[in-house]
Amino acid sequence: MHPAPSVIIFTTFSGLGFGLLVFLGLGLPPVTGWVAFVFFVIAFALAVGGLLASTFHLGHPERALKAFRQWRSSWLSREGIAAVAALIVMGIVALLAVFFDSRIAALGWIGAALSLATVVTTAMIYTQLKSVPRWHQALTPLHLVSASLAGGALLAGQITSAQILLALAGLIQIAHWARGDRRFAEAGQSIASATGLSEAGRIRAFAPPHTGTNYLLREMVHVVGRKHAQRLRIIALGLGYALPLGLILVPGASHGLGGLAVLSHLLGMLASRWLFFAQAEHVVGLYYGARGERIGAC
Amino acid sequence: MTSLPETTQRKLGLVIDLDTCVGCHACVIACKGWNDAQYGAPLSDQEPYGANPTGTFLNRVHSYEITPPHGQAQLVHFPKSCLHCEDAPCVTVCPTGASYKRVEDGIVLVNEADCIGCGLCAWACPYGAREMDKAAGVMKKCTLCVDRIYNENLPPEDREPACVRTCPAGARHFGDLGDPDSDVSQLVAARGGFDLMPDLGTKPVNKYLPPRPKDQWQETDILAPFLDPIADTPQGFLGWLDRALERL
Repeated sequence: MHPAPSVIIFTTFSGLGFGLLVFLGLGLPPVTGWVAFVFFVIAFALAVGGLLASTFHLGHPERALKAFRQWRSSWLSREGIAAVAALIVMGIVALLAVFFDSRIAALGWIGAALSLATVVTTAMIYTQLKSVPRWHQALTPLHLVSASLAGGALLAGQITSAQILLALAGLIQIAHWARGDRRFAEAGQSIASATGLSEAGRIRAFAPPHTGTNYLLREMVHVVGRKHAQRLRIIALGLGYALPLGLILVPGASHGLGGLAVLSHLLGMLASRWLFFAQAEHVVGLYYGARGERIGAC
Repeated sequence: MTSLPETTQRKLGLVIDLDTCVGCHACVIACKGWNDAQYGAPLSDQEPYGANPTGTFLNRVHSYEITPPHGQAQLVHFPKSCLHCEDAPCVTVCPTGASYKRVEDGIVLVNEADCIGCGLCAWACPYGAREMDKAAGVMKKCTLCVDRIYNENLPPEDREPACVRTCPAGARHFGDLGDPDSDVSQLVAARGGFDLMPDLGTKPVNKYLPPRPKDQWQETDILAPFLDPIADTPQGFLGWLDRALERL
């Protein structure tokens, strides 16, 4: 799939932002006043900034409000509703904490639940797609949610939670890659099933339907940069999970080290998210001869 | 509403005969010609006469080489457009309700005024049947020529999809695949029509008819043994001429 900067930035930053909102909603840390102001500004900037980035890839962003209508069937619509609801509830929590030095625990929990729900719905947009076998697996929501919570814990300065969550998220990341590498073969689609011509003999894509390229190839049969995949995985794992974990394990870690851990985590997650899209293969590629010479290989 | 209807009254769709398709791409051009000026935004091209021409098409013809275990390789031309699936994954993912499946005839359509151009439906479609128009920023797809098939301003013989109407090989058929007695259903039954990627559970309405096995070379070769050269080296006068010329 095409690793569009808008969706990479959106999923990375808003994932981090909503992860932080989960912890702020739970009162971890129980901040009020100016400290709360700084925490909420960071959380809202990440969450809202990510959501705004996601509108950049729309053909008609001015019609975005229409996307709230189909929550009955569409995960994208549910995501929009969950995000707005989470931002409103957490906005009230933030107002109370910053200006009135008060916290209503129940409201915070609702905001935390809605923030978590937003990340889950984002994950389900990808998980639901049978046409992209790498994403269509149970580990996809686990991966995106665990990464979001680990980043949130890191930003919220919850050292113990962050240690556990970073380790857990790193393991889920590895599992998601390992399983993902096998998913296309497991899904069982090939040029034979795509064309239905398996009984006739060995099939080879002879000529594409056009001399140039098209939307489908640009959007879904993107193959640029896969050769660096292993290197990028090591970078994603190192910067996204291992280095931040190491930095916060330093006894009496300062804000400086914490900031470095957050920055490292962010860079690692950007690499991870780039791979999430770039390595995902859409079955429509089969019609264009993708995997044709490598049937059975991953 | 982007929830799918439980059932549709009819299942209009295409039957594509891979045995007779000659790969002329006339259906591609007829489709583009009709849909460029009718339903919704025109099908734009980018750099049509430049170095990297691309454009929006609702129907594309692939070509595949099939090598059977015995005999000659065979070229199969493979037109592909929206299959108007009964369980269309493109419809349910739509956040705005722009994508919908019609209850009356099962046609999957996009209401372009509601389309935000998010592209998720194109991701959800395993067949590559949807293309985002770069100029209009909305999703385009086969409408099964909904503006032809019911159009009483057209003569009756033209009330079928442009691709079907134009096909010079008669490789495309249009009809109600929900009615077991319809011509297209009978054709599918007789020829062993099949679905594309059936395991994905999309239940496509459009069916494909397999290419018939080609005649074997050996079977048409009854007289060939009589045409074999009788002698490798010429005899008599020709033999003398051959040797004389050799010596020169």
